[in-house]
Amino acid sequence: MSSTTNSPTHHTSTIGAIGAPSRRNTELALLVFAVVIPVFAYANVGLAINDEVPAGLLSYGIGLGLLAGIGHLVVRKFAPYADPLLLPLATLLNGLGLVAIWRLDQSKLLQSLPNYVTAAPRQLLYTALGIAMFVVVLIFLKDHRALQRYTYISMFVALVLLLLPLVPGLGADVFGAKIWIRVPGLGSVQPGEFAKIVLAVFFAGYLMVKRDALALASRRFMGLYLPRGRDLGPILVVWAISILILVFETDLGTSLLFFGMFVIMLYVATERTSWIVFGLLMSAVGAVGVASFEPHIQTRVQAWLDPMREYMLSRNGSNDGILHSEQAMQALWAFGSGGTLGTGWGQGHSELIRFAANSDFILATFGEELGLAGVMAILLIYALIVERGVRTALAARDPFGKLLAVGLSGAFALQVFVVAGGVMGLIPLTGMTMPFLAYGGSSVLANWALIGILMRISDTARRPAPAPAPNPDAEMTQVVRP
Amino acid sequence: MNKPLRRIAVFCGLLILTLLIRDNWLQYVKANSLKDDPKNRRVLIARYATPRGDIIVGGNPITGYTETKGDFKYKRTYKDGAMWAPVTGFVSQAYGANQLESINDGILSGTDDRLFFRNTLDMITGKEKEGGNVVTTLNAAAQKAAYNGLKKQGGKGAVAAIEPTTGKILALASFPSYDPSTIAGGSTSDEEAWAKLQKKTNPDDPMLNRALREVYPPGSTFKVVTAAAALENGLYTEADQKTKTPLPWTMPGTTTVLKNEGNIPCENATLRVALQYSCNTVFGKVGSDLGNEKMLEEAKKFGFTEEQFTPIRTSASVFSEDMNPSETALSSIGQFNTAATPLQMAMVASAVANDGTLMKPYMVDEVQTHNLDPLEKTDPEELSKPLSAENAQILQSMMETVVEDGTGKNAQIDGVKVGGKTGTAQHGVDNSENPYAWFISYAKADDGSSPVAVAVVIEDEKAVRDDISGGGLAAPIAKSVMEAVINSKK
Repeated sequence: MSSTTNSPTHHTSTIGAIGAPSRRNTELALLVFAVVIPVFAYANVGLAINDEVPAGLLSYGIGLGLLAGIGHLVVRKFAPYADPLLLPLATLLNGLGLVAIWRLDQSKLLQSLPNYVTAAPRQLLYTALGIAMFVVVLIFLKDHRALQRYTYISMFVALVLLLLPLVPGLGADVFGAKIWIRVPGLGSVQPGEFAKIVLAVFFAGYLMVKRDALALASRRFMGLYLPRGRDLGPILVVWAISILILVFETDLGTSLLFFGMFVIMLYVATERTSWIVFGLLMSAVGAVGVASFEPHIQTRVQAWLDPMREYMLSRNGSNDGILHSEQAMQALWAFGSGGTLGTGWGQGHSELIRFAANSDFILATFGEELGLAGVMAILLIYALIVERGVRTALAARDPFGKLLAVGLSGAFALQVFVVAGGVMGLIPLTGMTMPFLAYGGSSVLANWALIGILMRISDTARRPAPAPAPNPDAEMTQVVRP
Repeated sequence: MNKPLRRIAVFCGLLILTLLIRDNWLQYVKANSLKDDPKNRRVLIARYATPRGDIIVGGNPITGYTETKGDFKYKRTYKDGAMWAPVTGFVSQAYGANQLESINDGILSGTDDRLFFRNTLDMITGKEKEGGNVVTTLNAAAQKAAYNGLKKQGGKGAVAAIEPTTGKILALASFPSYDPSTIAGGSTSDEEAWAKLQKKTNPDDPMLNRALREVYPPGSTFKVVTAAAALENGLYTEADQKTKTPLPWTMPGTTTVLKNEGNIPCENATLRVALQYSCNTVFGKVGSDLGNEKMLEEAKKFGFTEEQFTPIRTSASVFSEDMNPSETALSSIGQFNTAATPLQMAMVASAVANDGTLMKPYMVDEVQTHNLDPLEKTDPEELSKPLSAENAQILQSMMETVVEDGTGKNAQIDGVKVGGKTGTAQHGVDNSENPYAWFISYAKADDGSSPVAVAVVIEDEKAVRDDISGGGLAAPIAKSVMEAVINSKK
């Protein structure tokens, strides 16, 4: 907050004079593309697989268009100055994800798998619920600072969400990772996806209050500002919880995501590089420490180092009592077989990945059928979402908003990195899903809520400053110098 | 707070950049090696995605295809699969391919670069992509005679027949055989059939291509090679010249007397008589007189010690080095370490019949696109010249005597001049296992050229240890194969 001032008159009038355009028409134009591109992709899949335009094309197009339209109208009404890119980008990813899920539904191999359910209609329902969630956030969250009031409730809720999969009878073990819970009547829920948002709210509220203490009360040692022992408390607690997740839920990705998000927010709040150093050291110690005794994590690491060996073990059977999976190698083959331009929609064989082909591994389908070009485009769309999020943080006028926006964007970026990196064999595989692309209700709902919150913050940030209030609160009138 | 925010923005950008770099590595740098990885199922899916081209004998395909369920669209079918298995080999959705199916897989599956133009044309004209054809040199009638002859005999055995003037393989039969159609798919029944064909579970080893991949001691049929060595090295110059062979003959360096089978006129017998009656003493002594080196040299000229690529690889036939004179003597009558594939012995007969010139044996005449445009034609090629034409004709007259008056009378064909040699080889510890009955022969056309040379081997307990079994069991099969070739030329 070095570039803020407590004498608002001059700067507020400047912002008011700019009269930031709402950019709602830009958003509408982009949304047309975000709907039309998946509709063409859908037609493409149908032509490639069944030699005909799929019967559901019109209803699919109208459905997606309607959902995007509702989202847009709500934004126009309730968040007119929100960032114009976020909604179209999320819609495009969501739409393409639906097409890929529908395409995998057509695979006879996947249909023959036990427990396989036709996923596309459900995903369409989840999408509708996701947009509803987005709408609810925009309508009822009039000001993101309201969330600040729930700082400690958020902490409690986040802990409950994170620990739910460990409750006996509720948690479900899917391929070794225990990050799911089964809710009767609802199916499987991944509470970690929601915990991501709630935890960001808690961190933002907590750090906003404590940041001065954390930033200033420190000693200088070897060029680094060392925090005081008692200030180390919170980071140690979060670290301990991450380690607990890693040990008991055996999921590297979730653990990395939460700890990474905390370190990012801590760094932004305190502007102290030393926190990054501490964070990296602690995550390294934690990951290596747990990996040294947890067989599931070890298997994942081995599968990452030598996917071919893992594939052979899965094929020929092994007697080490560990469930081996050929997915990692199959995903690499899918990417390789796609090459530069891909096979085209519907013409690849990514269904060979079998289990989780349409959720955790969905990027491999894009890799094979749209090729290097397609995957790079999708990664750049993710990059745009993240950068729009950070841009929102930069523009936000209050520290809570800044912290929340950067926390959510950072978590989003980390999730994309961890999942895409895992599927592409850059890092060990984890059990998380590609935001918006992958099949899964929790993921779609939580990410639409995330986009909703980011748009709320950006709307607040870009909205022309209100006329000088008779009794302005110092906190409320802080602005960022352009 | 904005400085760290900008840094976080850069950090997030770096995360995505790392992913982009990894993606380029995976989908550009490593793309081809991942794509063509034989373990990548897409390779197999592509192989079975198009109707496979045919293997053709005498203008008729001996193969076909049928659609299957699952991700492999087509599977191979075979007509008279068991009869043709030594030629075609198999191609299986579960077990890969071998022999012609494997060697010419690119053509048959349509992925060969030479088919690029055709495939592109088909794509433009909207036709389904199809594999090309492999046209073989085989003669359906001869193959049928060979396989049915072996089947009637019932024991294990093999037949190889060659056209001496060109080296074209006319028949290649092995018994017991298997029908590759039964293992072409990937279903449970294919798995069961495959398991039943494995040597572990089936001691008859039906998937062994005995005509090319099994070496048998050639027994007395090897005496033709020994006779050729005697003539080529000038040890004897005529068929009717008396040899210096005492009876009984004790092998040099030993006290062992080399025995003949029965009471036959072998003392100082001429080469013609010695071949007619199959005198061990005469040819044993020729071998030891010439020595290991000269015998080996002549055997090599006939193709011994080398693998042949027809294009299916054969086993290398054996004639040892560094043997003492008694071992050389035994080797020269086709015992001791000497061993030959049936194709090798057919090559011996063929070289003699072709006036001393050995042609390289081959079985793929032409590869072509599915609409019969030729892509590559095989031209006959000379492999070596084991004998001069003059000596070859001397040897021919000796072999013809064997069929006219000797042990090979069962191979006589009315109105056709036939030369041949019988053999019975002992094997196993103390000769405990079934002996092999051999017959090699050739037929001659009126103009003196030879349309066919053939070798037959049968493992049979009925074969007693004299040459009559070679003439009795193997010669009739050789005769029917030669007749089939001659009749198909008319």
